[in-house]
Amino acid sequence: MGFFRQDVESELGGLLLAAMTNMQPILETKNLKKYFGAGKNQWVHAVDGISVSIGENEILGLVGESGSGKSTFGKTVVGLLDKTEGEVWFKGERLPTRYGPGDFARHARLMQMIFQDPYSSLNPRMTVLEIVGEGLRLAGAVGREEKRERVAEWLRRVGLEPDHMSRYPHEFSGGQRQRIGIARALIVETEFVVSDEPISALDVSVQAQVVNLLGELKADLGLTMLFIAHDLSMVRYVSDRMAVMYLGVLVEIGPADEVFFRPQHPYTKLLVASNPEPDPRREQVHRPIEGEIPSPINIGAGCRFAGRCPQVMEHCQQVTPELLQIGADHQVACHLYGTQSGEGTNEN
Amino acid sequence: MSEALDIVLQVEDLAVEFDTYGGVVQAVRGVDFQVERGQTLGIVGESGCGKSVTVQAVMGLVPTPPGRITAGSARLNGREIIGLSAAQSTSFRGREIAMIFQDPMTSLNPTMRVGQQIAEVLQVHLGMGGEAALRRAIELLDLTKIPEAGKRARQYPFEFSGGMLQRAMIAMSLACNPSVLIADEPTTALDVTIQAQILELMRELQRSEAMSIILITHDLGVVARMADRVAVMYAGQVVESGPVDDIFYRSSHPYTIGLRQAMPVNDGDRSRALVPIEGSPPDLFAPPLGCGYFARCPHAMKVCEDKAPGVFAVAEGHEARCWLQHEGAPQVDDGLFQARRGE
Repeated sequence: MGFFRQDVESELGGLLLAAMTNMQPILETKNLKKYFGAGKNQWVHAVDGISVSIGENEILGLVGESGSGKSTFGKTVVGLLDKTEGEVWFKGERLPTRYGPGDFARHARLMQMIFQDPYSSLNPRMTVLEIVGEGLRLAGAVGREEKRERVAEWLRRVGLEPDHMSRYPHEFSGGQRQRIGIARALIVETEFVVSDEPISALDVSVQAQVVNLLGELKADLGLTMLFIAHDLSMVRYVSDRMAVMYLGVLVEIGPADEVFFRPQHPYTKLLVASNPEPDPRREQVHRPIEGEIPSPINIGAGCRFAGRCPQVMEHCQQVTPELLQIGADHQVACHLYGTQSGEGTNEN
Repeated sequence: MSEALDIVLQVEDLAVEFDTYGGVVQAVRGVDFQVERGQTLGIVGESGCGKSVTVQAVMGLVPTPPGRITAGSARLNGREIIGLSAAQSTSFRGREIAMIFQDPMTSLNPTMRVGQQIAEVLQVHLGMGGEAALRRAIELLDLTKIPEAGKRARQYPFEFSGGMLQRAMIAMSLACNPSVLIADEPTTALDVTIQAQILELMRELQRSEAMSIILITHDLGVVARMADRVAVMYAGQVVESGPVDDIFYRSSHPYTIGLRQAMPVNDGDRSRALVPIEGSPPDLFAPPLGCGYFARCPHAMKVCEDKAPGVFAVAEGHEARCWLQHEGAPQVDDGLFQARRGE
C-alpha cells in the first residue's frame, strides 16, 4: 500500500523531491515543438514550446483533452516523431532531432513507450515470446535459452505465466495484453518510459491492476515515467507531479495533489470541476461549463484559453502568458498571476 | 415497494442469447428493472456484462438471428413491447422511447444535412410536412443549445464537433417527445469538459420535457452525477439495484464494492491503494451454476459456488443478488461493507 508516494509523504519530502528534480533530471525538454503541415502555409501547432524536466524515479502525469497535444509530446520525446524545434536531453545527453535507424537501436534501450490500445499495438502474427523478446536484440547477442529465460522472468513479473509465451495476442484479454506491452517495453531494462493512455481502453477493475503493476515496477526498478492520460483522478493517483496541457502548451504544473486540490489556472479549474467523482453528494450539484477546444492551426499570440476563460482580461488576447512560479515547484501560465494583477493565489 | 409509483417502463426476467461460432452466449440472464416517470436509472457495468444488449432488447434492436429474446417482458406505459413485429416496433420506437449512442458520428448519415435528418424523424413519425418539420428541427437544435441552429441545420455531420453531434443526436431523439430516453454511453467518446456539458443538458431537458432517462455507462462518476436509481450489472444479471445513495454509501454486493475500491477517490487521503478485482468475468457460453461473481469474490462461500443467489431486499427499494444478504450468512466487515440485512 502507498508505494507510489512513500518518497513524497510529507511536505518536506515534496520539497526534497523538487530539489532533487532540479539537481538531476533524467529527462528534460527545452522549448520542444512539433508542428504538422495541414495544407498550404497551415501548421498544426500540436506541441508548441514545452519545457519540463522529470527527475529520477519520478512519475510525471500529463493531462489534457483530445487535441491538446499530449500524445504528440510523448511520441516526440521518445523520438517516434521528429522534432520541429527545441531539444530533448536524457541524462545530460542531447538526443537527435531526427532519429535514424542507428539512433533507435541506441536510444530504445534508454526510453520505451507503452501504448494506449493493447489490441493494435501488438503484432497479431507474433507469439508473446517474439513480441516481448524482440527488444533483447538491442542488448547484443542473446542466446535462445537466455531469451526464453528473460521473457519468462518478465512475464512472471507482470503477472502472466511463463507458458503464455507460445501464445498469440488474440488469446489474451485487454488487461493481459497491456501487461504484455509493459513487459515488451521494460525487458530492455529501460530507465524511462512514456505511457500513453495505458489504461483508457481497459475496464475499471482491470485499470487498477495495470496501475498497481506500474507502481510496483516504479518502486522495484527505480523507473522514471511520463504518464499520459485524460482521467484526472487516475493521473492524480499515479503521479508525483501533474502537468496540464492545453492546445500544445503547458498551462500548469506542480505536485499532483496541489494541482488537483488547489488548481490555479482557469483551465485546470474547469477540468477538475468537470471530473466525475464516484460520490453522489458531491456530484449532484449544478455547474455550468461552456466552450470547446478550438483548432490548433496557425495559432496567434495571446493566451490559448482566452476564448473560453471565464476570467479573461484584455491583455490575455494579445500577450502569451509564460509559466510563472507560484509556489514551491508549482507553476502556472496565466496572466491572473502576473505582475499586472498582483501576486498571490486566486481562489475561486 | 409501494404501488403508488408512476412506472413508465417495467422490465421483468429478460433473457437474451446469441448464436456464435463458439456456441450460444447467454448475454442477458434474467434482468429486472423499472423506470419511474421523470427519473434517471443508471445501468452500470463493465464490458460484456449485458447492459447494452438489455436495452437493445427493450428497443427491439437485437439482431435476430443471431440473437433472440428467450424470456421476459417489458411494459412501456403499460403496453407489452417484447415480441412485437418489426412494423409494430416502429410504432413506439422513436416516439415513446428513443435512444442515443456512444459514437454520434456513426449514428448519423454522413451524406445528409443534419437538419434534414431530424426533420425526417418528424415526417415519418408525426406525418409533418417538409417545411414544418425543418422548422421544428431547427427549434430542437436550438433547444439542445447548438449556437446558430438555423445555419447548423444546413451543415453535414462532419462539420460538427463530437460534442455538437451528440447535441444533434439528442435533438433528434427528442423530436417526438418520448417518455423514455435511452442513452448508451453517451459521453464515453467525449472529453471530460464536453461530457459535463452534455450531461448537464440531459438533466435540463429531463426536467423541462418530463422525460425518463436510462443511462448506460461504465463510469461510476457519471452515475453519481446523473442517476436517481442505479442497477449494477455483472455477467448478464442485475446484481444490485437501489437509490443512488444506497448504491454508493451502503453498497451491498461485493462486486459494487469491488468497483468502488478499484477507482481512485479524490478525498485527499493518499494512503489508500487501489484494490483491483482479480480474475475475469465468467464465460457466458456456459454460465456458472452458482453466483456469477463467485470466482472473483473475496467473501465467496460454499453455497455461492453451487447455488445461484436470489434477490434479497437490503432496504426499502434496495436489493442485492448475494448470499451474504441471507439471514444465515456470516457477518462481513471490510470497511466498505456497511449495509446489512434490515439495518
